[in-house]
Order: sequence, then structure tokens, then C-alpha cells
Amino acid sequence: MNEPLLAVRELGKAFREYRSEWQRFAGWFGFKVSTKSESWVLRDISFSVANGESIGIVGQNGAGKSTLLKLITGTLKGTTGRVTVNGRIAAILELGMGFSPDLSGRENVYHSAGLMGFSRQAIDEVIDDIEAFAEIAGYFDEPARMYSTGMQMRVAFSVATAFRPEILIVDEALSVGDAYFQHKCFKRIREFREQGTSLLIVSHDAGAVQSLCDRAILLDSGRLLKDGDPAAVMDLYNALIADRENSSIQVADHVSGREQTVSGTGEASVEEIALYNAMGEPVEFVDVGQPVTLRIRVVARNDIPRLVLGYMIRDRLGQPVFGTNTHHTKQVLENVAAGTKVDYRIDFPMNFGQGDYSISTALVSTDTHLVNNYEWRDLALVFKVANMSRMEFVGTAWVPPTIEASRS
Amino acid sequence: MKEILAAIWSYRHFIVSSIRNDLRSRFARSKLGALWMVLQPLAQVAIYALVLSRIMAAKLPGIDNRYAYVIYLMAGMIAWSLFAEVVTRSLTVFVDSGNLMKKMAFPRVCLPIVIGGSSLVNNLLLLATSIGVFLLIGHPPTMAMLWLPLLIGINLAFGLGLGLILGVLNVFVRDVAQVMTVVLQLLFWLTPVVYMPTIIPERLRAILEFNPMMHMVVAFQSVMLYGRAPGLNGMIVMALASAVLLLLALFLFRRAAPEMVDVL
Repeated sequence: MNEPLLAVRELGKAFREYRSEWQRFAGWFGFKVSTKSESWVLRDISFSVANGESIGIVGQNGAGKSTLLKLITGTLKGTTGRVTVNGRIAAILELGMGFSPDLSGRENVYHSAGLMGFSRQAIDEVIDDIEAFAEIAGYFDEPARMYSTGMQMRVAFSVATAFRPEILIVDEALSVGDAYFQHKCFKRIREFREQGTSLLIVSHDAGAVQSLCDRAILLDSGRLLKDGDPAAVMDLYNALIADRENSSIQVADHVSGREQTVSGTGEASVEEIALYNAMGEPVEFVDVGQPVTLRIRVVARNDIPRLVLGYMIRDRLGQPVFGTNTHHTKQVLENVAAGTKVDYRIDFPMNFGQGDYSISTALVSTDTHLVNNYEWRDLALVFKVANMSRMEFVGTAWVPPTIEASRS
Repeated sequence: MKEILAAIWSYRHFIVSSIRNDLRSRFARSKLGALWMVLQPLAQVAIYALVLSRIMAAKLPGIDNRYAYVIYLMAGMIAWSLFAEVVTRSLTVFVDSGNLMKKMAFPRVCLPIVIGGSSLVNNLLLLATSIGVFLLIGHPPTMAMLWLPLLIGINLAFGLGLGLILGVLNVFVRDVAQVMTVVLQLLFWLTPVVYMPTIIPERLRAILEFNPMMHMVVAFQSVMLYGRAPGLNGMIVMALASAVLLLLALFLFRRAAPEMVDVL
């Protein structure tokens, strides 16, 4: 069976307006009618999801993420193209739809599972699990109007995930009550994933996308801008949400085999960046705990009122390990004239675990790249950390301990 | 058509539980509960009977029961209340369930079926109560009552067909629902429920013939009051009209379904 689990082909969605609704009605009977206006919220979206593959969907507000999800779940119908699904989809976006305040939790469970297409017998088999998972004790048989929002969420989540679907749509910003239950929910989502459920995750959080997804899709103004490795997609997304005026974004293949995103106005840029050891020799291979110096030479191409350098060290998956900027260290440079070169020297001990790391640099005016983004450079530098002189340990942080063990 | 039936079958549990919830939630937390379902139409009958029985009773020749007018009223009311309930609720069903339709994917055909089902239960309760009342006032049921299931079926189909067509249009032009509340009231008075067609001047009576609900109501009255089979011509026309309306409703519904959620 080589059919993909989910295939989206040239999918487009337009909201049409007619000069009069009578023309819309006439259209149903096969008359040719011209529309007054058409607004396309999605166009030419094609991608597919293989069994067990998890996909992150990222994009700014209004990029078309929700519309895409509605087309996939089937609440909306596409204007062009098609969606083929070979499996059951469950969405935990709209929890508690169809709950009736006068029915008890148990009755609402039966009702809303029915809304998902399950039979009474099927629910009978899992009702005890649902009750146990929701953990609302005696309230399960009380009318839903007596529930707090959190309790209602608990019941709703328990029903929505009572049966393992082939595709689970999750909004990462999903709020399902208290931290305890939130953890429980994500644990269940991870379990589903391990059992072979494909996740479609809508998120703005790079960390969640990179840790949960095998691939990511970036939507911008209704078009599919990029479909690929989560780290590369998140880098591009990051560049996209930066200050857009006079800004350019370049994506190039980096020597490391990954894609490098450089964005910004170009009013300032990183000319040189290198890592040196204590002897002042350039290194790409660093021992754990070794003191190093990161040197960055910045050149201003225009007059810049306020210059801040930020850098972020990221692990193999693109997750930030450490980052800060000269705004936080109170070393902002004011009124930098065009042509000025600025040398930054950053000393720190390489207290990281073994692995590949990269450094992203940002030249900005404040503490965020969302205001004035002169240049944002991902993969500005890559280096390796190896454990050559320390005891064995795991993780990305080197936190040398002193351990005492005493028998009593 | 086949896929619609398959969808209905696989969602049968949802339909049944929706009907039950619908009936329950309407009267949840009221002391008399489901009793209200029959009390309301009965109260209406009582009011009309009180106000009009003196004037109307004399116009029912051939019935030897002092409560003849009450029986006449109830027969008409049973027919009218099912029709009116189905039409009014179908009219706004898509607008009312807009939120649900926007957020959950389920066969939309379930919505009108739930309405039909819950109205039918309601109507059967009213019918059972009426028969009880008839027994009390000395009007035992006759064999002609066996026509009732067929009549109720046609009545339901007619109401659903008409209501669905208007309900689909109402999603796009919301004036439909507003206009229909007035039209339904007018139609009620153009239907011989509280009066007899005989009190209408001869030349105006022809107008009543064009009201499909008149044939329906008259059929109920002849079965329940006179113990006679309903007029066949009227029933055949009504059955055909219901079938045409239902097919048209289904066609419109299928055409409109993809656009419906866009404008809700």
C-alpha cells in the first residue's frame, strides 16, 4: 500500500461573493454566473503525509493555517484541488463542541463521540477509560453546567482521544486546564505518535515543531512557501516574521548540508565570524569546558542609530542552547556611521555536551529582531564539541558536579 | 443518494441521541417536564374551544357529540402543529447549528433528520393524549384511524421538504426566516383548523383549495372526527408534492452544502 495517509493536491479555497444571492442560487441550477469578488485564502497547496509521519504547520496569523486544517478535516470544501485521507482524523482544536449543559458528563461523552461517528457499543467499551482519564470523580455524572472550564476540557479531551486516530490534529497552543492535565495530554499525544499516529501540529513554537515533527510546512498569504526539514522551515519562518520593510530573505545551501537563511535590510552585516581557543588559534573542534573566544566583525553599510549584536548557539536540531545580545549586556552602540567596522569579542567556557552546534547572529536595534532587522544569519558558524578530557556524561549542558556518597 | 443513506446509517447513534437530547433539554429543569409537550397544544385547543365553541358547534352537522368541535379542533391541531414545528425548526436549523458545522465534520443530513425525529415524537405524544381525551368525552377511535400513520408520514415529508428548501435559502438570505413567520401565521388562518370551510363564502372557498395544508387538515378531520377514509385525490396530490419538495430540497442541499459553511 503506497497510498499516502493524507494527500493534498493543488488545493485552493476561495470565498466568493455574488452581486446578489439570487445569482448564487441560479449557479446551483447550472446557470453561468459571474462572481462579484473572489478572495483566495489558499492556493495551490500540495503536500502529502506518509503513515506515522508528523508534520508541523507554521505561518503567521492569516496565512491560512486554520483554513487548511478545516479543509483537511472536511468542515470546509475546497474550491479547487482535492484532499484524500486514508484513515480517521481526530482534531483537538475545538474541544467541547456539541456539549449540552443539561446533560451529564457521561451522556455528553456518548453524544459527542456519536458526533465523531462512533456507535454506542464502541463507546461502551471505552467509557471507563474516558472516565478514568478525565479524573473528575463524581462530577462525571453531574450535569455539565456544573463543570468548570477546566473540567469540561478534561472530559472533552478524553473523548476526543478515546480512540487512536490515524491523523491527530493538534493546536500546540492548546490549553487543557492545569499543568498536570496538560502534561497528561501531551503524554497521550506522544504515545499515539509512537503507536503510529501522524500528528499535524499547528504551532508558533520552534521548539515544539522541532522536537515533535519530522517535517514542517510554512504557509504565507495562502501559499505553501516551504516544505522541508523543521529546522530549516523554522529559520525561514523566523526570518519572515522579522521587520519586512526593505528586507530581503535568502536561503542558500550551507556547507553543512543544511539550508542557511539570511534575512534583513542589509544595513549592517556580519563580515567575519570565527571561534578561537585560549592560544588564539581558530578552532572548529572544541573540548568540553575549554575556554573559547567568539570573534565577530560587523560592518555598517548605512548610518545606524542603534546597533545591537545578538548571538544564539543552537544544537543539531536547531533548538537554542544559549543566546543573548548586547542589549541585555548593556553594550548598545549608538550612532554607528556608515563604513564603520565593529569587532566583538565574546569569551566563554564551552560548557556544552558533545555534538554539533551552530551559531545564529542577529544585528538589530533593540532586543528583538521583529523591529529593525539589519541582518539575521542562521548557521553563521558551525562547530563541534567533543569530550576529550572530562568524565562521561549526557546532555547538552556541562554542569560538573561534586558527588558525595556515604554509607550509613 | 446511496452515500447519504450510508452516512445516515453510520451516524444513527448520533441521530438517536440527538433526538433524545433535544427532547430532554427542551424541558430539562422544568417541573412538569415532557408534559409541557402536550400541555401547550392542549391549552391552545382549550382556549379556542372556550372562545369559539358556541359559534362553531352548530356548524358541524351529522356528529352527535356535544364536544364535536373539540374533536374537530384537535384533529386539525395535530396536523398543523407537526407541519408548523418542522417548518419553523428546519428554517433555522443550519443557522442555529452554524458553530457546530464550522467546527465538526459530520454528515449535515443528520440535522434535518433530528428535527423530523424529535417533532415526530412530539406529535405522537400529542396524538396519544388526544385519543385519551376522545375516550373521555365519548368518542372512541374507529378503524379509519389506521390511516393516521400514512397521513402523519406525508405531513412530515411535506413539512421537511418545504422547511429544508427554505432553510437552505435562509443561510444565504436571512430574510427568509423573518418572512416565513408571518407567512406561517397567515397560512394558519387560511387553513380550516379552528373554523369549518362551510362558513367561508362559496366563491372564496376556491382559494382555500390552493392551500396544500387544507387538504392535510381535512384528511385528519375526516379520519379522526367523521371516521371516514381521507379524500384520495387530495392525499395523492399531497404525497406527490411532498416527494417533489423533498427531492428538490435534497438537490439544493447538495449544491449548497460546500458553500454553506463559508457564509455561516
